[in-house]
Amino acid sequence: MLNSGLIALIPLLPIISFILISLVGRKYFPKLCSAVATLAIFGSFILSLTVAYQYFFQVGKVNGIYQKLIPLKYVWLQFSPNVSIDMGILLDAISVMMIVVVTFISLMVHIYSMGYMKGEERYATYYSFLSLFTFSMLGLVLACNIFQIYIFWELVGVSSFLLIGYYFNKPSAVAAAKKAFIVTRFADLGFLIGILVLAYYSGTLDFQSMIGRLTSHSDQLSSITAASFMGISALTWGLLLVFIGGAGKSAMFPLHIWLPDAMEGPTPVSALIHAATMVVAGVYLVARLFPIFSISCPEALNVVAYVGIFSSFFAAIIACTQTDIKRVLAYSTMSQIGYMMFALGVSRYGGENGLGYMASMFHLFTHAMFKALLFLGAGSVIHYVHSNEMKDMGGLRKHMPITHITFLVACLAIAGIPPFAGFFSKEEILQAAFHANKMIFVIAIITAAITAFYMFRLYFSIFWNKTYVAHGHGHDDHHGEGTFTMKLPLVILGIMSIVAGFVPFSKLVTSDGLPLVTEFHISFSIAPVLLATGGILLALAFYKKENSKPQSMANGLGALYRSAYKKFYIDEIYLFITKKLVFNLIGRPAAWFDRNVIDGTINLVGNGTAGISNAIKTLQSGKMQQYASYFFTGVIAFVILFIYLWT
Amino acid sequence: MNEIGLTHLLFVSIALFFIGVYGFLTRRNMITMLMSIELILNSVNINFIAFNKYLYANKLDGLFFTIFVITIAAAEAAVAIAIIINLYRNTRSIDVEDADTMKF
Repeated sequence: MLNSGLIALIPLLPIISFILISLVGRKYFPKLCSAVATLAIFGSFILSLTVAYQYFFQVGKVNGIYQKLIPLKYVWLQFSPNVSIDMGILLDAISVMMIVVVTFISLMVHIYSMGYMKGEERYATYYSFLSLFTFSMLGLVLACNIFQIYIFWELVGVSSFLLIGYYFNKPSAVAAAKKAFIVTRFADLGFLIGILVLAYYSGTLDFQSMIGRLTSHSDQLSSITAASFMGISALTWGLLLVFIGGAGKSAMFPLHIWLPDAMEGPTPVSALIHAATMVVAGVYLVARLFPIFSISCPEALNVVAYVGIFSSFFAAIIACTQTDIKRVLAYSTMSQIGYMMFALGVSRYGGENGLGYMASMFHLFTHAMFKALLFLGAGSVIHYVHSNEMKDMGGLRKHMPITHITFLVACLAIAGIPPFAGFFSKEEILQAAFHANKMIFVIAIITAAITAFYMFRLYFSIFWNKTYVAHGHGHDDHHGEGTFTMKLPLVILGIMSIVAGFVPFSKLVTSDGLPLVTEFHISFSIAPVLLATGGILLALAFYKKENSKPQSMANGLGALYRSAYKKFYIDEIYLFITKKLVFNLIGRPAAWFDRNVIDGTINLVGNGTAGISNAIKTLQSGKMQQYASYFFTGVIAFVILFIYLWT
Repeated sequence: MNEIGLTHLLFVSIALFFIGVYGFLTRRNMITMLMSIELILNSVNINFIAFNKYLYANKLDGLFFTIFVITIAAAEAAVAIAIIINLYRNTRSIDVEDADTMKF
């Protein structure tokens, strides 16, 4: 049976570790902090596995349908008898799946960081931040109340900010941390307004009652659809605003600009936060509210689908031109999250129509495995080469065999080659898209081919191409591929990237809790696999050996290549809007108004008071008899007033 | 002139009051100022007695008030003299002009 205390320990262990490390660990046992944090997360991981086992195989199912369970709920802020902010735990298929993913990836990253971050000055601080992040993320996925999710959502944002800015003496890292925080914060404003709109009309903040009220024929549903603003119903507005929050966190176009810059953080952090867990929070949020989206408001879901497919395609093109390996991975993350988003977008509630939902969650799961592996592999490479740039690499396969093999596995998985994990989830997504929307399907399949191309461009550029020459540092060879703690997670994740595809997701995680029968059409998978193989072969031809083909290709594409290389000038557009337009048209007048009008008023009051006191202070002479004569004069004046004038 | 009436007494009282006020405002010596205050208080006492005698002859309220005022005047004189002595210890003077530290 589910033990609510043990479930509560899953998020509590990391926060205990965070408090312990920050308060005493940093000072008294800095070397042991990694062990404390790793043990805590290991405990969480074991508990999550237990909970997952119990949920999926023992208690979750009632009459063959997976239920939403609330083992723990504590009323935290009561606004009115019906509306309250609760702190609680909601277990359903997706939250159970997410706690396993989060704790697993987090555990891998904790272990990996022992080697990768060794010798860093703020080693203990790093682990305390990791613990804080893991706590927030677990709280987010277990939230039973939309406001609880919002609180943890912001906490995740804070810990992401702290970790991106970990190298705080590096100006680019500081700028990236600020950028990530501001952009996501900006999106969260939409989320907050969305929450308020939904909560106002449904009269509750609780997920279950909100979903219940907004999906069946109820007063709340009719009032929220009847209310409209600018021709769009309040329900659509609410959901779209919530989706803006999700898009900000999940780096969907046009709020994606923070993600590539977030790569300034330590690489294991990128693996944990900016690849596997935090950035899928947006997908998770849409999945959490999925019944409302799909049953009551398919228009909003269409927006999700189109934003998703566009971001996916857009990011894939940019990824082909980037030279910093972490940025390539960042854009590929954005592209894969776009996949999850549009899979949700093309899905509908229940039965066969829910294929996209299942596929999206499946892809989230497999993507977490292979993307974390890619980042950790890239971390090993960076650790070895001391550079993020592709041109400094090449020919590393002999120098780092384990990284090479696991990286190859991850690349095959993300490219969708059977039998690796990505193949299965991508197939489901493509099938869902095929049944729902042909245009999305075509773009998705092209994106899949581009994905294969740029991933293998990365792979060949790192591990093949030219022969590796150690340059400058002189100590490249003796520290080898990395410590055991760095290799172990790579191998575990490599195995997971191979076997994760065989998890029977369609029986476990579906939109309505019923097992879904998926048909596997061999004929259907031929086209994507062929395209992916084509992409790989193209990359092979271009990048296996050092040659001038990529350069001439880039020259041939001309303007297209240049704009993709410059990330389609989105950053420049943002800078133009903020620096030129917002600063000059809003910021400066506001500053002028503040300086002159607001400050002026206050200064006037202050100066006036000071002037008057200056003028009359001589009245206060300290001469007793002067005061007495004022007093008598006053009394006499009153006497005259009351006796003669006041009649 | 047949007999002394209320008006006479009131004139005495007013004279005493204004002599007191004049003394209070013009003397610099604190002891003298204290004496002026006693004059003012006594003018009030005369008022009470006069009104009691001429207007409410069968009541004693005015007398009571007078006794109260005398009592309080005695207490006040004690306090005032204590203050004056303390000031004298600090400033070596009982001139009111010298006790001017409470200004701006």
